[in-house]
Amino acid sequence: MANLYLLTVEILTAALGLGLLALGLLVPKSDRRGIGYVAAAGLAGLMVAAFSMRDASGVVLGGYVIDPFGTYFKILFLAAALLTAVCSFDYVEKMGFNQGEYYALLVLATLGMMVLASSGELISLYLGLELMTITFCILAAYHLNDAKSAEAGIKYVLLGAMSSAILLYGLSLVYGASGSTVIKQIGQTVAASGASPALLLGTIFLLAGFAFKVTAVPFHMWSPDVYEGAPTPVTGFLSVASKAAGFAALVRVFFGALPDLHNFWVQLFIALAVLTMVLGNLVAIPQTNIKRLLAYSSISQAGYLLLGVVSFSVLGIGAIMYYAMLYVFGNMGAFMAATAFYNTEGSDEIKDYAGLARRSPLVAAVMLFSLLSLAGIPPMAGFVGKFYLFMSIISRGYIWLAILGILMSMVSVYYYLLVAKAMYLGNPPEGSRPVRVAPGLQVAMVVSLLVLFILGIYPTPLTDYAMNSAMSFFMP
Amino acid sequence: MIKYAWLIPVFPAVAFPIIIFLTRKVRLLSALVAIAAIAASFVMAVGVLREVFLLGVTMEKPVEYAAPWLQIPGLLKIEAGILIDPLAAVMLLVVTLVALLVEIYSVGYMHGDPGFSSFFSYLSLFSASMLGLVLANNYFMIFFFWELVGLCSYLLIGFYYHKHSAARAGLKAFVTNRVADFGFMLGFFFLFAMFGTFNFRELAEAIPGYQNTGFLALAAALVFIGPIGKSAQFPLHVWLPDAMEGPTPVSALIHAATMVAAGVYLLARAFVLFASLPGIMLLVAYVGGFTALFSATIAVAQRDIKRILAYSTMSQLGYMVMAMGVGSMTAGMFHLMTHAFFKALLFLGAGSVIHALEEQDIFRMGGLYKDMKVTASTFIIAALALAGLPPLAGFWSKDEILAAAFDHGFTGLYILGTLVAFLTAFYMFRLIFVAFFGNRRAGLHGHESPLTMTIPLLILAVLSVVAGFVGTPFASHGFSTFVYYGEPHHVEPNYAVMLLSTLVALAGIGLAWLLYGRPSDVPEKLATRYRSIYTLLVNKFYIDEIYMWLFRRVVLGLSEAFNWHDRHVVDGIFDGVGDLTRISGQKLRFLQTGNLQTYALVIFTAVVIIALWMAAPVLGGVIQ
Repeated sequence: MANLYLLTVEILTAALGLGLLALGLLVPKSDRRGIGYVAAAGLAGLMVAAFSMRDASGVVLGGYVIDPFGTYFKILFLAAALLTAVCSFDYVEKMGFNQGEYYALLVLATLGMMVLASSGELISLYLGLELMTITFCILAAYHLNDAKSAEAGIKYVLLGAMSSAILLYGLSLVYGASGSTVIKQIGQTVAASGASPALLLGTIFLLAGFAFKVTAVPFHMWSPDVYEGAPTPVTGFLSVASKAAGFAALVRVFFGALPDLHNFWVQLFIALAVLTMVLGNLVAIPQTNIKRLLAYSSISQAGYLLLGVVSFSVLGIGAIMYYAMLYVFGNMGAFMAATAFYNTEGSDEIKDYAGLARRSPLVAAVMLFSLLSLAGIPPMAGFVGKFYLFMSIISRGYIWLAILGILMSMVSVYYYLLVAKAMYLGNPPEGSRPVRVAPGLQVAMVVSLLVLFILGIYPTPLTDYAMNSAMSFFMP
Repeated sequence: MIKYAWLIPVFPAVAFPIIIFLTRKVRLLSALVAIAAIAASFVMAVGVLREVFLLGVTMEKPVEYAAPWLQIPGLLKIEAGILIDPLAAVMLLVVTLVALLVEIYSVGYMHGDPGFSSFFSYLSLFSASMLGLVLANNYFMIFFFWELVGLCSYLLIGFYYHKHSAARAGLKAFVTNRVADFGFMLGFFFLFAMFGTFNFRELAEAIPGYQNTGFLALAAALVFIGPIGKSAQFPLHVWLPDAMEGPTPVSALIHAATMVAAGVYLLARAFVLFASLPGIMLLVAYVGGFTALFSATIAVAQRDIKRILAYSTMSQLGYMVMAMGVGSMTAGMFHLMTHAFFKALLFLGAGSVIHALEEQDIFRMGGLYKDMKVTASTFIIAALALAGLPPLAGFWSKDEILAAAFDHGFTGLYILGTLVAFLTAFYMFRLIFVAFFGNRRAGLHGHESPLTMTIPLLILAVLSVVAGFVGTPFASHGFSTFVYYGEPHHVEPNYAVMLLSTLVALAGIGLAWLLYGRPSDVPEKLATRYRSIYTLLVNKFYIDEIYMWLFRRVVLGLSEAFNWHDRHVVDGIFDGVGDLTRISGQKLRFLQTGNLQTYALVIFTAVVIIALWMAAPVLGGVIQ
């Protein structure tokens, strides 16, 4: 019998998701807010469970890999899901649909990401990807009365299906060329017999499929529209967790199955990284809607993360892992602030943020410091993350790429500070009220702010953890 | 206890946000939080010193705890860590003790000030930064706290920011120090480039064997610029006299334990770097010696009580730097310690006088001894200690510096130091005879300050008397076998040096009595007779004016030129780049049509382009 206890976190997550679904049917409509609390508590418990398994490793059923790398990402997904759940209490209640389903979908999307990050085999990897994508389609369209939300859902379904098709085609080409769906065996075959044209074509398709998920330019076009239309907490979740899951799977496939082709695919990733950093940052400048701004900022962040892939080293993977974790708190911090603002003001326009610092110092401060972290200003965690990412490619000799990244970070400071300028220097409109924030959301915002400071001031425990987890990819 | 030494700066560092965010509105609670925090640090510092003795921690066998902060194996390692040796342990005790007494004193002094709570929060941050600096185990960290100390001094000197002169003084201190800090930063970056580490202990092992002394001397000279700024040495001393614009307790803290002490402390920490370079040591010694004499002469002609004390601090710092330069780290640190006590006492005493009279010109005071017995008598004790009369604290430490200069063959500096001792005794007792004795001149009546202010004075007075005994040459296990560089050396009492410095101090006091101890017109006559010298001294050798002139003519002139260049050339380029960036952003956004079919088309096109790009070499068999 397989050592199923390694799957504890996945099994419990599935159970939580189904339990929430059932709760949604059983609990009377007036009490459904409680389902959110159950979801948050469950996710917190799962985080503890995942953390306790951080050193576990083994292979289940031949192709499902439990290792510190995967578990690190599971903790990350759970943290993002937890923040999203806390962020959603008021938001979902306001939308007024079945809240049980909402939280169940949230948890099931998390399950999909976990499978994606842990699969050592292409079919289960695809299953995880689809579980994640389909739940996100529903979540993106959850705002039923809002045309933009519906548009977001449709766009995500159609383009997601298309990218899945491309990815699936790539998977089958790789299978055809190597005769196996298990990543490790593919790696051995490729090492032994070298690259065939079919394998290289498969690699290109895989790259396109993953590039879609991590919103790398030019496969990013869905994201601003979907991010803008989807309910704000969902956008936050989509922008951090699904992107991190995409990177986890990308690293697993490219570093696990295709390390011998890295001379081939590294140049593709360089091209993607350059396009993504440049376009994401430039187009963020003229945005007037906070969610679209964050969407483009999130595209540019994917560009920095791609640098870690380009470096093809332990340092690079470790840097991706560290950056992805702080990115959860940085981006979710910004999205939580945006949600808090939307809950009382009903607007996502940056110009409406004028004078926010005087109306709600907490919301403004969380937004400001989250944006500063995204921009990579010390002492925020983002600085350390970018430091490691840039160092990882500098140590590989791509100094020009690091300089480009730093230049683009400078551009990003400009548009992030435009938001800060509105919040701190603008005058609040006549008769504006203070922005009221629910206590749960307040706690979540303060926690993520603290994490950003702590990871920036004392990053070593987490970077060591990330580097050690990354080591397994380069061990024989 | 020693394991938890890192908590020492943490207590006051935590007090800072607590006061800012929580207790700001409740004034006394804010003060209580700050005092409790620094008291906890003080208790810890005592415990650490005790364990340093018990565990036999010496300069060669320090205790170090470090965790990597940023590291990339093989490329870079920056640590967050603490290094405890007798040097740090003594310094911790001095800083926490003085800071504690200053904070208690401030409860009385700042009573009723609208910024009461923020004052205590800044004091906490200031102490925390200084304590972090003392504990730092590497250059990177010491620089971090060094900058924080600079920032806090800016906040505190400019505390009465609505007063134009205070705001300017804060700015002046900050800018002058930034200039110096830049040199320091370059210096330790050079060291990193040479040795690949910031860690003090690793550097101490690597430096003596390093062959290329040219680079080493460059690094040492650059590092020395830091202390020149922080410890107010000529020519970057200009900020210190103006720093008295801050509330008086802040002056006490800056002049005794925190800000200016940081520079001397850095010299002691980095001593191994200087010790191997005789040329740089000579530079250090003469910068210190010159500053000592230069500022002592200025102090003779000042009328403002805090200004006299400020120039006296500069002069004493000059002594310490000179001690380092002649090779006696022990003497420098010993004087730093004793000076901390009596200079804090002098400033707090001056604060007590100012608190009572709202007047700083000593020639408008007089006869204060009758009204303020505690303040006056403690002030006189401190002045005697500063003048260097046996057996008070200042005598022993000053004697050690003079003896070191004499023994190491720096006869010129020894004579200079003795002259400074004379001047010191003279200007201090000029102050005392004028302000505390004689007639009330402007009809100002003093009154004794409240207990929160007088008790710290009394404690410091006791310390000003006894603190020197730890380092007398008559005690077998003195300071010199505890804090030292190289070999612990037992100082033989040099009776000739002792006798001469005592006589000189007495002569200084005597001259002050002759001129100012009784009604006399001699001072005016002298001032008239030697008009030019007197004016030169009153105007502090016109250094500020020279700097202003240089600043106006040269710096502003240059900046006009640069400004033009900046506006028309650099801005042109950058605005161009900025506009280009913005405009390209605006153009590029139109790629985002919102049209689903377009998006799909882009994805397919991209895949096809990539495939074609990659196909060419593959088909040619280039890959592999």
